Amino acid sequence: MSSVLYDTPGPRARRRNVVLSLVFIALLALLIWWLWQKMDDKGQLKWDLWEPFTTGQAWTTYLLPGLGNTLKAAALAMVIALPLGALFGIARLSDHRWIRVPAGAVVEFFRAIPVLLLMLFANEFYVRSTDIGSDERPLYAVVTGLVLYNASVLAEVVRAGILALPKGQTEAAYAIGLRKGQTMTSILLPQAVTVMLPAIVSQLVVIVKDTALGGVLLQYSELLSARSTLAANYANVIPSFIVVAIIFIVVNFTLTSFASWLEGRLRRSKRGTGTVLTGEDVEELNAAEVGGTLSTGTGGGI
Amino acid sequence: MFDFLEGYDVLGAFWMTVKLTALSAVGSLVWGTLLAAMRVSPVPLMRGFGTVYVNIVRNIPLTVIIIFTSLGLADIFGVTMGASDDFKLQGFRLAVLGLVAYTAAFVCEAIRSGINTVPLGQAEAARAIGLGFTQTLRLIVLPQAFRAVIGPLANVLIALTKNTTVAAAIGVAEAATLMKSMIENEAQTLAIGAVFAFGFVVLTLPTGLILGWLGKRLAVKR
Repeated sequence: MSSVLYDTPGPRARRRNVVLSLVFIALLALLIWWLWQKMDDKGQLKWDLWEPFTTGQAWTTYLLPGLGNTLKAAALAMVIALPLGALFGIARLSDHRWIRVPAGAVVEFFRAIPVLLLMLFANEFYVRSTDIGSDERPLYAVVTGLVLYNASVLAEVVRAGILALPKGQTEAAYAIGLRKGQTMTSILLPQAVTVMLPAIVSQLVVIVKDTALGGVLLQYSELLSARSTLAANYANVIPSFIVVAIIFIVVNFTLTSFASWLEGRLRRSKRGTGTVLTGEDVEELNAAEVGGTLSTGTGGGI
Repeated sequence: MFDFLEGYDVLGAFWMTVKLTALSAVGSLVWGTLLAAMRVSPVPLMRGFGTVYVNIVRNIPLTVIIIFTSLGLADIFGVTMGASDDFKLQGFRLAVLGLVAYTAAFVCEAIRSGINTVPLGQAEAARAIGLGFTQTLRLIVLPQAFRAVIGPLANVLIALTKNTTVAAAIGVAEAATLMKSMIENEAQTLAIGAVFAFGFVVLTLPTGLILGWLGKRLAVKR
């Protein structure tokens, strides 16, 4: 294995790499030994604490409903945010200043605010101004917060997706006599959707991660709050954290892999223009602007 | 008009947000750079560690990490960050630790993409004059890479500023914690929301503008 940063290792370099590897292994082993020791001290390694995860009950009572609620909130948020985002993204590309400027202001405003504040505010708004029951309210608040934030991020994705299309597409549409609205709906948008798909899937990872906020601060019964009821029942703090973290990793890793598979497929495809918009592109397009697609902020592209 | 602010330390809460942001930014920059160096290093084991760390941490919600620092690290592993008797200080330091662990993964990816923008010839020339891996990275590649990633790092910093609100989950007295108690106790929900939104716009807008300008100015002209 060589790279541009270093030569193919010779005998001395190989020996040095082995020494470095051994030192690194020793450090890692020390860390793991320390963690193991502490967990043993606190009795977190006892089989009793891990056993619930091998039986169906812990899954059917706590984890699966929690995961279901996480995915439900994420899916609802995405489904509502996407058309809203498209609307604002297109509005930002408008030829009329009085549409473009306010749309831009709204998008930049909601991207500058932490999604947690949006959730808390939405929750309080629903308490005071609506008669949504207290069982339903956390879901409404979480989804509202996620929609407000992600619609503005998706607006940027849509805008970037349309701008990424070759200019010839618009020119050809005008040449055959289509009007601006027709060009947008029948030429640009359908192509932009394909271009944006990977970026949209990456954004879904951000949404899934952000639902956990609603669990802790708004008592929405998603996966993370399912963990705390489960741990209260079995007294297995560390095991439950590990299992929940693994579930999140599996879900998000699947989404990320799907996004990069889509990206590769779109890049290779013969049909279409071969332009693809990944999360990272969105990040770059907005380098100097407020926001960033990082989940609760961090995530998006990177 | 702003009499609802009386009795609340809004500036103090935002000062806490700024402190969380600043400390976590420095920490994650250092740890993130180390991770990036590991991910491009000649030692396969370090490369593997870097990759695994980034992929695990990026896919876990920050909320899970922050809660874990309190319920797991502090309660089970006894990591009290040298503040076992001061609960507030302990929460603050744990929050910084969690934010650093999380943000470093994104810093690492940003720097790694920056390393990729440095032309091959630079590293090749460095090797040709006999520099080793650490020298190549330290003297030739990283200085150019850092100048290229100021923009992306600004985005990470802005996201970090917003992410500090997650510290509310373990009771750190920052902006989101204060806003939660204020909108529950005061009548002017909308005005309170506007004040806190304004606070975050003030914190994030200049960061984006200044660092964006700096990034353009310092970018290596090619």
